Amino acid sequence: MSLHQTSPHDDETGKKLGMWLFLYTEIILFGGLFVLYAVYLTVHTEDFVEGGKQLDRLFGLANTVILLISSFAVAASITAVQKSQKGVALGSLAASLLCGLIFLINKYFEWGHKFEIGLYPNSERLLDGPTGQNIFFGLYYVITGLHGIHIVIGMTVLAVAMAYVQAGKITPTRFALLENAGLYWHLVDLIWIFIFPLFYLII
Amino acid sequence: MEAVKSFFETPAPSRFTGIWAWLLTTDHKRIGLMYLFAIVFWFCLAILLGGLIRLELMFPGETVLTAELYNSAFTLHGVIMIFLFIIPALPAIFGNFFLPMQIGTDDVFFPKLNLLSWYLYMLGGVVAIASLFAEGFPDTGWTFYVPFSVSTQTNVSTAVFAAFILGFASMLTGLNFITTIHRMRSPKMGWLQIPLFTWSLYATSWVQLLATPVVSITLVLVMVERFLNIGLFDPSKGGDPILYQHLFWMYSHPAVYIMILPGMGVISEIIPVFSRKSIFGYKAIVFSSMMIAVAGSLVWAHHMYTSGMSDTAVFVFSLLTFVVAIPSAIKVFSWVSTLYKGAIQMTPPLFLSLCFIYLFSVGGLTGLVLGAAGPDVHVHDTHFVVAHFHFTMFGGTGFAFFAALHYWWPKMFGRMYDFKKAYIASALITGGFIFHYVPMFILGLQGMPRRYYDYLPQYATGNFLAGFGALFMIIGIALMFYNLAVTLRRERNAPADPWGGVTLEWKTASPPPLHNFDRDPEVLDYPYDFTGVKESQDNQANQDKQSKPNA
Repeated sequence: MSLHQTSPHDDETGKKLGMWLFLYTEIILFGGLFVLYAVYLTVHTEDFVEGGKQLDRLFGLANTVILLISSFAVAASITAVQKSQKGVALGSLAASLLCGLIFLINKYFEWGHKFEIGLYPNSERLLDGPTGQNIFFGLYYVITGLHGIHIVIGMTVLAVAMAYVQAGKITPTRFALLENAGLYWHLVDLIWIFIFPLFYLII
Repeated sequence: MEAVKSFFETPAPSRFTGIWAWLLTTDHKRIGLMYLFAIVFWFCLAILLGGLIRLELMFPGETVLTAELYNSAFTLHGVIMIFLFIIPALPAIFGNFFLPMQIGTDDVFFPKLNLLSWYLYMLGGVVAIASLFAEGFPDTGWTFYVPFSVSTQTNVSTAVFAAFILGFASMLTGLNFITTIHRMRSPKMGWLQIPLFTWSLYATSWVQLLATPVVSITLVLVMVERFLNIGLFDPSKGGDPILYQHLFWMYSHPAVYIMILPGMGVISEIIPVFSRKSIFGYKAIVFSSMMIAVAGSLVWAHHMYTSGMSDTAVFVFSLLTFVVAIPSAIKVFSWVSTLYKGAIQMTPPLFLSLCFIYLFSVGGLTGLVLGAAGPDVHVHDTHFVVAHFHFTMFGGTGFAFFAALHYWWPKMFGRMYDFKKAYIASALITGGFIFHYVPMFILGLQGMPRRYYDYLPQYATGNFLAGFGALFMIIGIALMFYNLAVTLRRERNAPADPWGGVTLEWKTASPPPLHNFDRDPEVLDYPYDFTGVKESQDNQANQDKQSKPNA
């Protein structure tokens, strides 16, 4: 017995509405950190500029490009599913997962290098240096760390969506799951687009 | 209608039986009841802790608790009451059960997510308890203020993590409700035909989505600080402890509206039903709910007048705090105007609602004393604050919870309870409440600080009296739960509509069948139109007579 014309299983708009609401909470989550950044930038402007110079812009730029490519690949996979091109969809999803992996590897080397030169939370170099730089790198690790966790979550979600495409559960008429996975990935990408200038390009 | 099997007899999904039919269910009614039992458990535990605190304070010096244990007891009392009882109580129990019914549908939009929220809630509770057995429960108070929360030796990380999980559960519930109201409402029901309880849940859900992530990230930062010691809030390392307070209250003040809005929704349902009169100012109540949701998000810093802020900021936040009192007052006036010239039928839910209006008004008015920057400096961090927020949280949300329990009990379980015991219990709770908290107002004005383990001799009388009030309250609450619980062993005797309600949940059997309605319910043009009820009032009176003697 159904009370309504449509059951929620077929309501793709409703599923996307739920996802958008969730994305909204993610933005607020990072928003709290950006508030901290804004306040401390005002208090320690000089130190933040100094700190920004010590970050490797090449690494940051590379990661930005990688994430943009991966976002494109996810969008392509959705179009491919709509056109019933399963192979292309799977290929694009694999490409975006690969991009995510490369991003994390890059991050690993970048963090590793910072650790080597003594820039890590509570390190002697930071404690003895100007307090503003301590805050700058503290925020750098917290924000990029949290973003990294989101990359891992996003990759998991994409992998699940990929399995669904493979199993044929995502069809040209029912692809809300893939689209929601894509939306999540775009959000993770978008947050990086804010992180990159705030930390790497600050002058 | 009697032929329809209730949801107790029809598990969903149907392949599960026994305990699994509950633990793996996606039926919003079963999930609501599972919340009910879990939440009542936590509520009772926190009441006992509160009783212990009052017992300790009845006499000067050490009575039953050591100072460390006392600190942990009031922290645990606060954490449980806020995160495990008041925030989830009305949305998670009654929202889950009745929101889909009030909008004429058969479930929430994401039933599996709904079950996941319940598990997250349970996990949060288990983690909170686990921290008791590790290095002792935190002694920070429920606000986890830095720098103490970062430096104390007790197990703050686990407790904070528990609060993080519970926040996630509440956020997912809010997300689920908003999507449900938007996408699954009966096609015949327009926005201004939605019952007020559902409207209040809609406003609440938005606040949950708006505010919860802020506290999540703040609590994560407390954990990060404890493990990595970055110093984001440590002045010697370039941080600012006041920022923590801002971030914390940015959520936790809107959170008090998460607590009270659904309670206001419950009262808005009960009052018109027992006045047999359409609610006064339906639209005003709807818009005031949304206004509270918006304005309530902009007043957080009134918790921090004495923390160190610019005078301009204090002025602005004080002004905004006064503004947010307006929509709350609109509701109180609407309820009272609904009662005026109504055909009032006294029942336990209405009695509790009347107590709510009185206690909540006292809580609201004393809130203005605190919202005004001048007097606040005098009573900040005294027992006056404790009395104020108990009047709003307990006298408000707590009483709304009791009223909802008595109002919807026959619908949820299909059984009517004994009215006489319900009245006695309600009177005991209300009387005990006043006896318990009014002395605290006076103690606060005299200058007794909150959270202190011991006090000067001049505060002895007030604390002694408050202890007695607590005793009456605990007896009353025990009697109330007993009176409700014994009905579970009886036969189902409640008719589909024992009160003469007109919202959709009363148009189906008690307890409802699995899909809530056996045929599409008729949606009234106006959700509180009692003309049909009045016509069949004789009929109704007969039904009441049949059900009362059995109960």
